[in-house]
Amino acid sequence: MQVTSSVRQPLVTGGKTYHDVTHDVSRQVEGKPSKLWFLAFLTAVGVLALGSTALLATLWEGIGMWGLNKTVGWAWDITNFVWWVGIGHAGTLISAVLLLFRQKWRTSINRAAEAMTIFAVICAAMFPVIHMGRPWLGAYWALPLPNTFGSLWVNFNSPLLWDVFAISTYFSVSLVFWYIGLIPDFATIRDRATGLRKIIYGALSFGWDGAAKTWMRYESVSLILAGLATPLVLSVHTIVSFDFATSVIPGWHTTIFPPYFVAGAIFSGFAMVLTLMIITRKVYKLEDYITLEHIELMNIVIIITGSIVGIAYITEFFIAWYSGVEAEQYAFINRATGPYWWAYWSMMTCNVISPQLFWFKKIRTSIVATFLLSLVVNIGMWFERFVIIVTSLHRDYLPSSWAMFYPSWTDVGVYLFTFGLFFTLFFLFAKFFPVINMAEVKSVLKSSSEKAHK
Amino acid sequence: MERDTHFILGVYDDEGVLLHAVEKVRGSGVKIHEVYSPYPVHGLEHVLGYKRSKLPIAAFLFGMLGTSLALTMQFYMMKFDWPMIIGGKDYAAFPDFVPVSFEMTVLLAAFGMVGVFLITSNLKPWAQPRIFDLRSTDDKHIMAIDIANNSSLEVAKIKEILTASGATEVNNKSFE
Repeated sequence: MQVTSSVRQPLVTGGKTYHDVTHDVSRQVEGKPSKLWFLAFLTAVGVLALGSTALLATLWEGIGMWGLNKTVGWAWDITNFVWWVGIGHAGTLISAVLLLFRQKWRTSINRAAEAMTIFAVICAAMFPVIHMGRPWLGAYWALPLPNTFGSLWVNFNSPLLWDVFAISTYFSVSLVFWYIGLIPDFATIRDRATGLRKIIYGALSFGWDGAAKTWMRYESVSLILAGLATPLVLSVHTIVSFDFATSVIPGWHTTIFPPYFVAGAIFSGFAMVLTLMIITRKVYKLEDYITLEHIELMNIVIIITGSIVGIAYITEFFIAWYSGVEAEQYAFINRATGPYWWAYWSMMTCNVISPQLFWFKKIRTSIVATFLLSLVVNIGMWFERFVIIVTSLHRDYLPSSWAMFYPSWTDVGVYLFTFGLFFTLFFLFAKFFPVINMAEVKSVLKSSSEKAHK
Repeated sequence: MERDTHFILGVYDDEGVLLHAVEKVRGSGVKIHEVYSPYPVHGLEHVLGYKRSKLPIAAFLFGMLGTSLALTMQFYMMKFDWPMIIGGKDYAAFPDFVPVSFEMTVLLAAFGMVGVFLITSNLKPWAQPRIFDLRSTDDKHIMAIDIANNSSLEVAKIKEILTASGATEVNNKSFE
C-alpha cells in the first residue's frame, strides 16, 4: 500500500513498532511525575501566585493601577493580548493547514501545539475581560443582549465586537478539534489501565472502540474541521488587526495590517511551539518522534514568516513616505528615531535580522541555536506589538498631550500571571494527557519508519 | 443462538494484510460485524462496503444556519430594532456584518457537525463500549465476526477462512 520514500527522512526514527509508540507516549501519563516535573510545575504555580497579587490589585482597585495615562490609554494589556493570541495561532495552523496540505510531519507535534494554542488563547482572553475594570458587571456587555433600559444593542460596526466573536469562536472550535483528536488516545490509555485511571480515562475517551465506521466518520470530521479552522485561524488575527487598522490613528490606519498580523502570528506561534517542544522532547525522551527534521521544517516556516514580517515593516515605511501624509510619516520616523527607538530596534533585530540566521543549515539543525532563537523571536514579537501600540499613541494630535508610557508593577504582575497560568496548564497537560497524537503517528509510521513491525 | 453475543475474532498485525483479508473474508460469504483498529486505515471503509459519511452535509447545513442566524440577528438589531447612525454608515452596513457572520458560520458548522458525529457514533462520557480485544487500541487490528449472523457457515470454516486470510491469531469472544 504505502512505500518508504528514498528522498525524505523518516518521520519517526529508531525503528519504532506500533506498540513502542503506545508505550513511549502512555508511560508519561502512567508513571509517577518526575522531580523535574514537580519542580517545573511548582515554579509555574509560584509565578501564578506572584502574578495573582497584581491581578487582584487590578480587580480590587481598578485599572488605575496600570501605568496608563490619558494619552496612552492602551498599552501592556493590549500588547499582551495580541502577543498571546498570536502565539495561539500555531497550533491550529499546524493541525488544520498542514492537514489540508497533507504534511505528515505535523502528526508528532500537533497535539502539544494545539494545547499551547488553547492555553495561549485563555491567557489572551483574560486581558479584554480584566481591562473592563469591573468585569463582573461588564463582561456581558460584549454579548448581543439588550440592555436594561430597552433594546439598545451591541455595535456590530465595531471591530472590537467582531473580536469577541472571533476569539470565542476560535477558542471553542480549537478546543473541540483538540478534544476530538484526544478521544482515540484516551481510549488507548484506558485499555492499558486498571482501577481509577480506567474509570477517568474511560469517561474522557467517550466510549471509543476504534470501529472502522467510527474511524471513517472521525476522518471526515477532522478534514472538515480542518477546512473550517483554516479560514478561521486566518480570520482571527485579521480581525485582531482590524482593532487597529479601522481606527484613524497614524501608524495604525494601514491596509497591510491583516496579512502582516497573520504572518507575525504564525511566526511567533511557531517560535513558542519550538521553545516548548524542545524542552518536552528532551524531558520526555521523545527524540525519535520529534526529530531534527521536525525542528528544521519549523525553522523554515520561521524564516518565511519572519521575512514576510520584515517586508511588512519596510512596506509600512514606504507607504508612509509614498502617501505624502505628514502625520503618517512622522509616526514612522518617530518609531525608529523617537523616544521608543530602543523598542523599535529590538523588534527589528529580533524579528527581521535574527531569523535570517536560519538560512544556515548548521544553525537551523542545531537544537541549542533553535531554542535561543525561538526565545529571541518571541521577545521581538512582544516588542512589535508594543511598538505599534504605544509609539502610535504617545504622540497625540496635540503636542501638549504628548506623553510617555511607564509600566507599573501591576502591568508587569498581570503579564507574569498569564505566564504562570500558561505554564501551569501546559505542565498539567504534559503530565495527564498524551503529548503526542499516538493514533496519527501510528497511521504514518508504516510509510515513514524503517521498520514498523518486529 | 442470540445475536451480538458470540464472536470470532481475527487478529491482524498489518494494515496491508488486513485490507486484503477483509476482501477475502467478505468474498467467502462471511459477514463481518466490524473491524477495530488503533488508527484510521485508509481504504478500510471501501473494502468493508460502508457508504460515505454524510457528516459533510450536516456541517454545511449547520453552517448555513449559522450564517442565517448571524445575518438575521445583525440586521434586526442594527436596522430595525434600534437604528443608529454609526460613523456615517447605513443602518444596514452589510460589509460590517461579514466578520460576525463568518465566525457564526464556522462556530455552528463545527459544533453541529461534531454533535452529530458524537450522537451517531454513540460517543459520550458514560458510554460503556464493548472492547473485543484490548490490543485494538494499541497495535492490532481486530476483525469481529458475529457467529449468529453467519449461521450458514460452520464456526470451524470461518476460523479457517480467517487464518487463510493472514490473521495471526483467531480467538473466540463472548459477551454476557
